[in-house]
Amino acid sequence: MTFLFYLAGAIAIIATFAVIVQTNIVHALLYLILSLLAVAVIFYVLGAPFAAVLEAIVYAGAILVLFLFVIMMLNLGQHTRDQEKGWLTGRMFLAPGLMSALLLGQLLNVLSQVDQNMAVTRVGVMEVSALLFGPYVLAVELASILLLAGLVSAYHLAKR
Amino acid sequence: METIPVEHGFVLAGILFCLGLIGVLTRRNVVFVLMSLEIMLNASGLAFIVAAARWGHAEGQVMFLMILTLAAAEVAVGLGLIIQMFRRFQTVDINVLSEMKG
Amino acid sequence: MLELIWLLPAFPLLGFLALVLTGGRLPMQIAGPIGAGSIGLSFAVAALVASEFLNSGLESFTYEAWVWMSVGGFNPGFTFYLDGLSMVMMLIITGVGFLIHLYATGYMSDDPSFARFFSYMNLFVSAMLMLVLGDNLVLLYLGWEGVGLCSYLLIGFWYTNPTNGYAARKAFVVTRVGDTSMAIGLFLLFAQLGTLNIQDMLHAAEMQWSVGSGFAVAASLLLLGGAVGKSAQLPLQTWLPDAMAGPTPISALIHAAPMVTAGVYLIARTHPLFEMAPSVQLLVALIGLVTLLLSGFTAMTQSDIKRILAYSTVSQIGYMFLGLGVGAWSAAIFHLMTHAFFKALLFLASGTVILSLHHEQNIFKMGGLRKALPVSFFSFLIGSLALTAFPFTSGYFSKDEILLGALELEGVGFWFWLGGVVGAFFTGIYTFRLFFIVFFGDSHAEHPPGKEVGGWHMNGPLILLMTLALAGGFIHVPLDDVFSHGEGYGEHHVSGLIHGIMIAVPLLGIAVSYLFFMSKTFSVDKLMASALAKKLHAFWFGGWGFDTLYNAVLVRPFLYLARVNRKDIVDSFYALVVTVSQAANGLIVKSQTGSLRWYALTVAGGLVVMVSLGATL
Repeated sequence: MTFLFYLAGAIAIIATFAVIVQTNIVHALLYLILSLLAVAVIFYVLGAPFAAVLEAIVYAGAILVLFLFVIMMLNLGQHTRDQEKGWLTGRMFLAPGLMSALLLGQLLNVLSQVDQNMAVTRVGVMEVSALLFGPYVLAVELASILLLAGLVSAYHLAKR
Repeated sequence: METIPVEHGFVLAGILFCLGLIGVLTRRNVVFVLMSLEIMLNASGLAFIVAAARWGHAEGQVMFLMILTLAAAEVAVGLGLIIQMFRRFQTVDINVLSEMKG
Repeated sequence: MLELIWLLPAFPLLGFLALVLTGGRLPMQIAGPIGAGSIGLSFAVAALVASEFLNSGLESFTYEAWVWMSVGGFNPGFTFYLDGLSMVMMLIITGVGFLIHLYATGYMSDDPSFARFFSYMNLFVSAMLMLVLGDNLVLLYLGWEGVGLCSYLLIGFWYTNPTNGYAARKAFVVTRVGDTSMAIGLFLLFAQLGTLNIQDMLHAAEMQWSVGSGFAVAASLLLLGGAVGKSAQLPLQTWLPDAMAGPTPISALIHAAPMVTAGVYLIARTHPLFEMAPSVQLLVALIGLVTLLLSGFTAMTQSDIKRILAYSTVSQIGYMFLGLGVGAWSAAIFHLMTHAFFKALLFLASGTVILSLHHEQNIFKMGGLRKALPVSFFSFLIGSLALTAFPFTSGYFSKDEILLGALELEGVGFWFWLGGVVGAFFTGIYTFRLFFIVFFGDSHAEHPPGKEVGGWHMNGPLILLMTLALAGGFIHVPLDDVFSHGEGYGEHHVSGLIHGIMIAVPLLGIAVSYLFFMSKTFSVDKLMASALAKKLHAFWFGGWGFDTLYNAVLVRPFLYLARVNRKDIVDSFYALVVTVSQAANGLIVKSQTGSLRWYALTVAGGLVVMVSLGATL
């Protein structure tokens, strides 16, 4: 299991890196799906099978398909790829890379102060569901309203 | 089998978040920016799941579900905006949207 | 009955409001009765109150209408204080004021701004009554400033002529110098004594301060500054001759009834304060003496009928100051009253002359008017006699009192007396110079005088004032309670020689005047032949060069500074604030690139800062 965690982690990092340097948008999308599936595996390893399944269905399935539709609608072909190549120069990465490295360094610094090697506790579907339909039922309702609002506004915005 | 070092999970979440940040800051194509945003959101979701596993609380997973919902709604609205932008400017270059220049 | 005292300022104020709120559009037939009638009612009430007060035998009477404001221990009220002094003042103001108003209804009858004129006049009288009846210095100051405002409005009444506006501004600014000094005096008194109620304040001053102490000197000096400004004494006398720009009834009102004597009233009202500062009191006498001599010289050289009378007013108030300065308080107030009678008479009579000659004011373009204008002639004759202190006219008694009071003063008293007598000599010369030139000799008029303007409302006041100017000296002024250690009448024990001199000197002045301007035994032209005489004449004609001096010392440097400082140095500090904020704005605007990635980068930068802060704390 530990091996699986590191493997999935490595795949996730590599795939994500590929997403942000990719010039072909469809390839990038596929790399993103790969990254998300790897994260789903990690969820499973960490003892959250429900979250793993949702990650695969909602993220890798629904949301990314939405992206695909939009890419098709916009008809971003070969000229977009050339354009991306022109835009993606090494200098572009300098400031953001520096900033992100700084942030990561700080995060690692903070994490190093946390206790090491704690065991993973499994949290089953039952417990999550009991919480969702118990104390957090209002939050669930609000989330559904948020989705509805997102639906309506997306329809409105995309309308001619 | 249960000896996964949890802080490595946090490190992974941090790395993914920073990669997403680089993407947001670097790309000019607005679709890529949105995808990088998804990566960042996903990284924070991962952090919650790790925390849930670390302390054995179900709340972390509940939070992840909320983030998932948020991401779905955000993508829907964001893609709608991208379509509108493309209609108006015939490009996906984020730099053309600089009307707010002071 | 005594409670009716609040009606005194209320009637003129109501008249003012009625005239002002109708926008000055009331026809003359209504505005005239309102304007003059309100003062008449006021006078009736004043007479009632005065007779009641005299019968009651009270020493003083206080009536509080309402409390004006109450801040901490400071609560001045609209409180009216009646004693002998304020009673005399209110009777003069309402009585003479009423006669002047009545005269003005005739004089102003062809002026389009008739209602506006009377609204100012009513406010003027109301403010003056507030001044003399107020029991605290704040109410007095309100009246004081109200009078100043009205004099400004009235002097500049014919505002379409820029010269009049200039004269009005000059009067306002010059008196403002004195008013500022007085305001500082009030602050000092309140800070030191904790009250501005006049009687309490005077008691507290006597308790807390010793004679000649620094505070007493400073406070009386500051009050004197105010009095000097309002009463047109040296060195702030320059505004009064220019104040002739207004209509003639205004001049009468400013000179005779209330305004210029306000300074005299102020000093008389606060006389214990001045008694505690003998040096300042001496200064008052000195100012009076110098003023009366200087303005006497100036009056001899003037050619404008109203200017001559104006300088004679300055000179007569000099006498009052002399009286105040030597401690002859009641004599000064007595002279104030008689002066009000004969100066009102002279001004109103000159108004008739001016109007009859179609607004001609130069005396050398008049002449021989004795037959054509009989009422003015007699008015002028009686007024001039009273002014020169001809025996048994009103001016004789009052001026005598002042001069005898001066003589009683130890040491310098004789010199004050001598100066006053010399002044009386000049008074005789300039008064009868005017009289002889205007009413005798050949006519030099450009327009031959028509029928004498008049009617009962112009001639009536003149006749009444003639009577008062003649017989006013026999009125007993009930001031013994007010000035407890002042001297009464007829108690002077001086030799017959002194009396003889005081009677003879004005007559000598009249005689000199007669020889020069009537019989032409001596010729003025011959006197004026030498270069020195010409220079002196020009110097005196210009009022001893005070205007030139002030122009050179104050006005020009001020204008120069204003020109230099056109861009306003003080403003540049605020301009700096503006420039800095604009520069900062420019800098921050540059950060608003409109680029989404730039915004995201700054958000990430903020995140980095926050996380590092969270890690270190």
